[in-house]
Amino acid sequence: MDISESKDFPVHTKSLKEVRDFARAIFDQSPIFNNQKDELVLAIAEAAQNIVKHAYKDVTETKDIMQIKISFKDNELTIGFYDKGKPVNKENIKHRKLDDIKPGGLGTFFIQQIMDEVVFKEATGWHNHLVLTKNFTAQ
Amino acid sequence: MAYEVKEEGNISTVYLNGEIDMDVTEKAKEVILPLVEAKKEVHLNLKDVQYMDSSGISVLIESHQKALEVGTVVKLKEISKSVLKVIMMAKLEQVLNLD
Repeated sequence: MDISESKDFPVHTKSLKEVRDFARAIFDQSPIFNNQKDELVLAIAEAAQNIVKHAYKDVTETKDIMQIKISFKDNELTIGFYDKGKPVNKENIKHRKLDDIKPGGLGTFFIQQIMDEVVFKEATGWHNHLVLTKNFTAQ
Repeated sequence: MAYEVKEEGNISTVYLNGEIDMDVTEKAKEVILPLVEAKKEVHLNLKDVQYMDSSGISVLIESHQKALEVGTVVKLKEISKSVLKVIMMAKLEQVLNLD
C-alpha cells in the first residue's frame, strides 16, 4: 500500500496536536505501522517542534506555514518537513549526552532513536528541508 | 492538558490528564514547581497522560532537580504505558522516582 499525503500547518506550538493527529490518521491506514505508531508520531511531533522552537526562535508571531509530507512506498517510510525559518546549521544539531541530566535536548535524540536516517536536503522555495526515513522491509 | 491537585498532609498529588507537549509545558510547570518550591512531596499521577514528548520529559526533569535542590521529592505514580516508553527511551527510569 502506497501513501503520499502532505499538509500545511501554521508555525505555532498550537499546531503540534494537529500534526500528531495528521500523523496518527496516516499510520492508522496500514497495520505495518501498528507496533511503532506511537514512536513514529513522537518523531514527527519532535521534528515539528524543532521547527517552532529553533527555526523560528525569537519569532513571536508569524504567518508562515510548515509543510509535512508523509510517503510510504516499497516498504520505506519517508517524512519530509519544509519550513521558511532560519536556515539550520547542520553542525549545531546535536542531542545532549544522556548522562548529562538536564531539561531539553532530547527531541533530536528521540528522532534519531526512532528513525533510520535523518538528513537535511535542499528544497526550492524553502529554507529548511528535513527528511526522516525508516525502512519496514524486515518488520 | 487538564489537571487536578489533591492535598493530603505534606503530599500534593497532581493528576495530569491529556497530552503534554511544548504547548502546555509552561502551564504544567506553573502547577508543579510552586508545590516543589513549597517543599511539598509531590506525586505526579500520569495514568491519564496519553502522550508526552521531550518537552514534557523536560518538565519531569526540572521538577525532579528542583526537588533535590530544596530537599523534597517528586514521585511519578501510575505512569501510563506511552509515557513510560518515552521515559525509558530517554534512559531516565533510574534517574526519576518511578513508583
